[in-house]
Amino acid sequence: MTDAFTFRIDGVDVLARPGQTIMEAADAAGIYIPRLCDHEGLRHQGGCRVCTVRAGGRSVAACTQPAEPGLDVENDTPARNRIRRDLVEMLFHEGNHLCPICEKSGNCELQAMAYRLEMTQPTRFPWLEPCRALDASHPDIALDTNRCISCGRCIRASQDIDGKGVFGYVGRGIHRRVAVNGPDLAHTGAAVTDAAMAVCPVGCIIRKGEGFSTPIGERAFDHGLIGHEIEEKRK
Amino acid sequence: MTRPRVATVSLAGCFGCHMAFLDMDERLVTLMARVEFDRSPLTDLKTFTRRCDIGIIEGGCCNEENVHTLIEFRRNCDVLIALGQCAIMGGLPAMRNAIMHADDPLRECLEEAYLTGPYLRNLTRHVPNDPALPLILDKVYPCSDIVDIDIQIPGCAPSGDIIFDTLTALLDGTFHGFDRARLRFD
Repeated sequence: MTDAFTFRIDGVDVLARPGQTIMEAADAAGIYIPRLCDHEGLRHQGGCRVCTVRAGGRSVAACTQPAEPGLDVENDTPARNRIRRDLVEMLFHEGNHLCPICEKSGNCELQAMAYRLEMTQPTRFPWLEPCRALDASHPDIALDTNRCISCGRCIRASQDIDGKGVFGYVGRGIHRRVAVNGPDLAHTGAAVTDAAMAVCPVGCIIRKGEGFSTPIGERAFDHGLIGHEIEEKRK
Repeated sequence: MTRPRVATVSLAGCFGCHMAFLDMDERLVTLMARVEFDRSPLTDLKTFTRRCDIGIIEGGCCNEENVHTLIEFRRNCDVLIALGQCAIMGGLPAMRNAIMHADDPLRECLEEAYLTGPYLRNLTRHVPNDPALPLILDKVYPCSDIVDIDIQIPGCAPSGDIIFDTLTALLDGTFHGFDRARLRFD
């Protein structure tokens, strides 16, 4: 730890090692930076931009930007959180996120992020209401891509951990989607035990036969905001 | 002194948000002492008797009549509240938006419901088309797509706590948003 250095997040000194990203150092220090596409154990992608912080006069993705000595990072401020809330709101508007009928509700990171960022204002964006495919071909897994936020966690998990490459991006721009490596999920190497099936932040990758197995009140985000386990490290 | 007037209505909803009113339990008595209900299923008044301070909308707009009612509420209420997920983003009725965008799935749906379904007794052999029936819209619209909404109370249905606290804060003039730990979309 000889070459460890400090930088500041919202005025708090944070210790970092060379090569660590802003988010990694923040997590270790018990400072939560909101994120959706980033997941512990997966390589960073910097796709969702919910972790955008202000550092060195620029807006950067905290999950990919390396920490630097003396860097001054603006994270949990009304201005940052308003931009994040807009991003999350646009994700809600881009897909079909009907929380009341979704089995992921209460365990959904997108929903929990909306709670944390106080997404309650009357909406200003149009609802795109896409009509995307439902793939229920696999005996143990269903894909409801209406809920996909293109975070790419399943892609990275399938490639890097499972070594299968079941998922991948297709299309460009707003048409970019996560697709499977075959005519449907049943004709890929996907198995319900894959790491890729456990990392979906929303209700897109569903394990069949589970349904609403966890009662309301016992779900992941029924008690405590998303990120509270990181913030508790600081106390 | 006249008490603030509250109007409520259920559009394309399930009445669950109105039922959630009852989850306020005995606090409902406290609230009733502070406000007077105007047009509402609770009073069975079908029209406004005068201008209201607070209008509460449950459900989105799935037919013509919903739109007329919503516009009337906006016209007659100072503060308009969208109560619950259906009013906010369409909710469960909006599931039909996934099929209403194209003619074929819609025709299939109506035919199964009124013509070809196995357990039907439809003597007219027609899809209902009476002028008295409100015209179904092409899709279910959230309230904010039709009129300006001032406050959205999330939930399906919202808890009695969040309804009571929001209304009380509004009446006291101290409403500054929700406690984020209590937000729920389900």
